[in-house]
Amino acid sequence: MTQKINNADVYKIAAHHRFQWEEAQNCYVILFPEGMVKLNPSGGEILSLVNGENSVADIISSLNEKFKDAGDISNDIISMFEFALEKAWITKI
Amino acid sequence: MANLNNGVESNVTQTQPLWLLAEITYRCPLHCAFCYNPTDYADYTKNELSTDQWIKVLRDARKMGALQLGISGGEPLLRDDIEDIVVEANSLGYYSNLITSGVGLTEKRIDAFKAGGLDHIQLSMHDITEEISNFVTDTSTFKLKQKVAAMIKDRGYPMVLNVVIHRYNIGHIKEILEMAEALGADYVELANTQYYGWSLINRNQLMPTKEQIDEAEKITNEFREYIGNKMKIFFVVPDYYAERPKKCMNGWGEVFMIVTANGDVLPCHSARVLPDMNFPNVQNNNLNEIWYDSSSFNKYRGDEWMKEPCRSCSEKENDLGGCRCQAFLLSGDAEAADPICTKSPHRHLIDQALEDSKNEKLQAQPIIFRTDKNSKELINGEHKDRLKDFKAMP
Repeated sequence: MTQKINNADVYKIAAHHRFQWEEAQNCYVILFPEGMVKLNPSGGEILSLVNGENSVADIISSLNEKFKDAGDISNDIISMFEFALEKAWITKI
Repeated sequence: MANLNNGVESNVTQTQPLWLLAEITYRCPLHCAFCYNPTDYADYTKNELSTDQWIKVLRDARKMGALQLGISGGEPLLRDDIEDIVVEANSLGYYSNLITSGVGLTEKRIDAFKAGGLDHIQLSMHDITEEISNFVTDTSTFKLKQKVAAMIKDRGYPMVLNVVIHRYNIGHIKEILEMAEALGADYVELANTQYYGWSLINRNQLMPTKEQIDEAEKITNEFREYIGNKMKIFFVVPDYYAERPKKCMNGWGEVFMIVTANGDVLPCHSARVLPDMNFPNVQNNNLNEIWYDSSSFNKYRGDEWMKEPCRSCSEKENDLGGCRCQAFLLSGDAEAADPICTKSPHRHLIDQALEDSKNEKLQAQPIIFRTDKNSKELINGEHKDRLKDFKAMP
């Protein structure tokens, strides 16, 4: 079930999860009990901004600015939030 | 950014030891009937690696990309240097997991693990009843496990419960899940027994019926619906009732590396049963060379080694022919298709095993518990009647 993401929401990486850059794999990963997920560059980029302070709107505006050439990527970012929430990688503050 | 693929990198074969399992000792205070450790473990309880040797293993594996560290055994807490190993693992950036029976986990030790940066503790539980829990482990550890569970929760650790499922507890799945919920478990692994090591010798006594497994899976799914994300439940399916084998270890030498108590490096827990293998040891070989260049790690990588029916099978990428150890133990041919597969010429061995497990006379044979004494007896060639269906000692 997809949960609604609001622009004003602030998320953090969920308890018992660790998000880190991995030199050997050249990507961000999420580590948690019994599992790990290697993130693709865009997924990693988004989650690297999820820090318990930035709102969803902050992250969208920051990435739209950074990837100007890609057009409006707001919906992609929202989709990633929905997916990460469904996977319980992130929790709302 | 258009193609986000939900943020997940595509699942490519990479041949990198992402998971490092440190089977740090084969000594164990429990005597579980379903233990997957090799039945000849008594030969490997001497010459354990030192703390410094383990630290070198952690450093070398981390350089190769290892991320998830399981500290296992035997019972790892029988060693008094787990605290040092945890500190090192944390400083290297591992996500570390202590896999324990709970025996030996004191307030003092858990505080040291917390301070040292251990990420989680996986506790084995066996049943809701003291009687069955104590029976299958051949110990009186039921109450202690309850106490340890509370201690894990109290220290803010994610509570990961591992429950090996077999005939004696499969009727209690609902109650086991309710117990897990009451203990505040975050993750529950209902691991149907895989038949290796001690569990293979005790297969007739442990194997549940197909109906029991279907019922257990149904109850698990209902419980999942009810509990949602609050408690993640893994139901590890038993391969004997499947038509296709499991993709064992996610592929031989693909992502898992196991370093055993004495420093031997294996691609899977039970690889020692295989014939003509010479597993390298970290005391004599560089870990990087072991992983990438050793003949044992390369032997069953990919699909070059396969014979028919696997070689030309359209499904071979799904399971890579299944488990080499299971193929060898049951068929005598390490390169045969895993007999689980209904396309395997040896599938009748699995069907026979399922028949045998319904045979009351065979069920009534005494369980051979995982003890030093039984291990030595098996090494010395005793209990032959229990080994007659296998092509090597499990």
